[in-house]
Amino acid sequence: MYRTTLQGVLLASSILAGVGSAMAADVTLNIESWRNDDLQIWQEQIIPAFEAKHPGIKVTFSPSAPTEYNAALNAKLDAGSAGDLVACRPFDTSLQLFEKGKLEDLTGLEGMKNFSEVAKSAWTTDDGAKTFCVPMASVIHGFIYNKEAFEKVGAEVPKTVDQFFAVLDKLKEDGTYIPMAMGTKDMWEAATMGYQNIGPTYWKGEEGRKALIAGTEKLTDEPWVEPYRVLAKWKPYLGDGFEAQTYPDSQNLFTLGRAAIYPAGSWEIALFNTAGLKLGAFPPPVVKDGDTCYISDHNDIAMGLNAASAHKEEAKVFLEWVASPEFASIYANALPGFFSLNSTAVDMSDPLAKEFVSWRETCKPTIRSTYQILSRGTPNLENETWTESANVINGTDTPEAAAKKLQDGLDSWYKPAK
Amino acid sequence: MTDLAPEQGEQASRRRPRRWHILVFLAPAVVIYTAVMILPLFETLRQSLFNVVDGERAFVGFANFATLFGDPRWASDFWNALGNNFVFFLIHMAVQNPIGIALAALLSLPGLRFAAFYRTAFFLPTLLSFVIVGFIWKLILSPIWGVAPWLLDLVGMKSLFAPWLGKPGSALIAVSLVSVWQFIGIPMMLIYAALLNIPEEVIEAAEIDGITGWGQFFKIKLPLVLPAIGIISILTFVGNFNAFDLVYTMQGALAGPDRATDILGTFLYRTFFGFQLQLGDPSMGATIATIMFLIILIGVCIYLFGIQRRIRRYQF
Repeated sequence: MYRTTLQGVLLASSILAGVGSAMAADVTLNIESWRNDDLQIWQEQIIPAFEAKHPGIKVTFSPSAPTEYNAALNAKLDAGSAGDLVACRPFDTSLQLFEKGKLEDLTGLEGMKNFSEVAKSAWTTDDGAKTFCVPMASVIHGFIYNKEAFEKVGAEVPKTVDQFFAVLDKLKEDGTYIPMAMGTKDMWEAATMGYQNIGPTYWKGEEGRKALIAGTEKLTDEPWVEPYRVLAKWKPYLGDGFEAQTYPDSQNLFTLGRAAIYPAGSWEIALFNTAGLKLGAFPPPVVKDGDTCYISDHNDIAMGLNAASAHKEEAKVFLEWVASPEFASIYANALPGFFSLNSTAVDMSDPLAKEFVSWRETCKPTIRSTYQILSRGTPNLENETWTESANVINGTDTPEAAAKKLQDGLDSWYKPAK
Repeated sequence: MTDLAPEQGEQASRRRPRRWHILVFLAPAVVIYTAVMILPLFETLRQSLFNVVDGERAFVGFANFATLFGDPRWASDFWNALGNNFVFFLIHMAVQNPIGIALAALLSLPGLRFAAFYRTAFFLPTLLSFVIVGFIWKLILSPIWGVAPWLLDLVGMKSLFAPWLGKPGSALIAVSLVSVWQFIGIPMMLIYAALLNIPEEVIEAAEIDGITGWGQFFKIKLPLVLPAIGIISILTFVGNFNAFDLVYTMQGALAGPDRATDILGTFLYRTFFGFQLQLGDPSMGATIATIMFLIILIGVCIYLFGIQRRIRRYQF
């Protein structure tokens, strides 16, 4: 009932929109996105820059709420009223749309050569043959720290795991600051900012992630259990009552200057910059000095072409531009913390964002281990990882027990191609 | 009753016009209720017998139910949710209803001052949205900004405080008690109304026989409000086994920590709509919804046929 009504309304609105654009002389491209926070940036910086160079093509950015985006987009695509350009979520959500023929194959796009395989992996078919969205931005994990707190206790930025815990010990001894701002209540903090943040160092980034998908490594193997052991050691350094501390609580503790270290994703940069604190950042510490460091440089957003679009040629012009270094530079500077996936280096002005992106040169990037293929079945590996990461820090499960549960869950539906 | 001659009866029915207005007046309610409740219910029951096989929607009989109870992971999730739901229900029965009855008994005492104020105050949380209640209590119990640790500190009992919502052992109890706090007004109001319905004569007769105070409550008033208590129990049962909102707002869709607050409602939500990377599974969702429907149906039947018939009613 509801769905057909919705489709009817959407259809009606698309007809009206069609009449509107038919009367205008220029071609208007509509962009669907979940980033309603970015509306201003698109209207004031990105779209004018494009329109100045491409007369005859007008662009409108029409975002919807992040939590509704997937459902709304599916309904609009089915009803044929979706915009010409569509912001792509990483992995299966978009892959499904492509397989249903809702998104155009963009493998042949000239600008695609500006992106590395890892950058494209989130919007490529399993066999790697076809790419259907132009990668726009990724988020990087690391640790953001309060410089004043470090000065007060005389701590240096840690490079190895031992140094990391030595700094935490110093902060705990001093007592002015909560050593680390993280809670386990919302669970994804423990998984995303904890396990996926420090983990790649142990499972050697892409190497381990691919081995897991191929079935040659298991979650119960040492490289996958060890990060849990390290995570379990974080417990004494978290704030009082961290078991009931939510994600906004952690953000507030840190921006109020009450905590010293924040296990972070780069998307926090814009918010943390408003707090007026002196902040620095460091990548996940390595086991031994001199080891290769690995970072989680997770593909977050891309742009695809609606297969039912009436203006495919113009839309492709826009996508070529999205793939260009010019777009990368505007986007990355307007949104510090969302890093361009373009292979051309981008100059950024935000010091914290610069620090994050500089790790790409020294460390090997990977994406979150649970996102590609492994979260297709039931039980869902990503959701289980949330629960188990929180359990490990809370002490409900031992690292070994947690790893076993995850592997058992994965084994119950995932049969890697041998 | 006098017997009517057959022809007289026929005449009566011939004279009386068909009462179309009854149908007309019933129609809106029946149509709307059928469209938004009955059809979706049957559609859900039907969907639980279907699943996607090789990319095609196909009839699978009871295979979904076999998965739910046979697959160790589905079964463990299901029994965990069902067990938690029973704990949730038992806490309501053990805390909410006795306290509700006690409050009603106190409110109905003659000569109580500010009775109207208390009545409103106790009932007010029931009117609040789940989201507001969940959010307020999350803040009150927050170990960082919460009022609860501060209040306990004032009386020197800070050591008693724990991050209750974050511990697997206490989270479900904490959430249940928040729900009890919210809904205490409903049993209170129903019992209060029942108590007011007891005629003065009965109470006076009891007093003449020397039954006063506690004795009067337990021997006279309580038996007279038993039917109301029965109704409250079944309302609590249905409400608790359909509950979802409060756990979702307080603990999220994964109903953490470690599935400790996962009840059938949140289990259904996660399965049906999906969550984060987990894609929705309408077939298994419908299967769980069907089981929930059956549980509530059985519960209501037990009450209707087993209990309600045995409750004695007194006519005054």
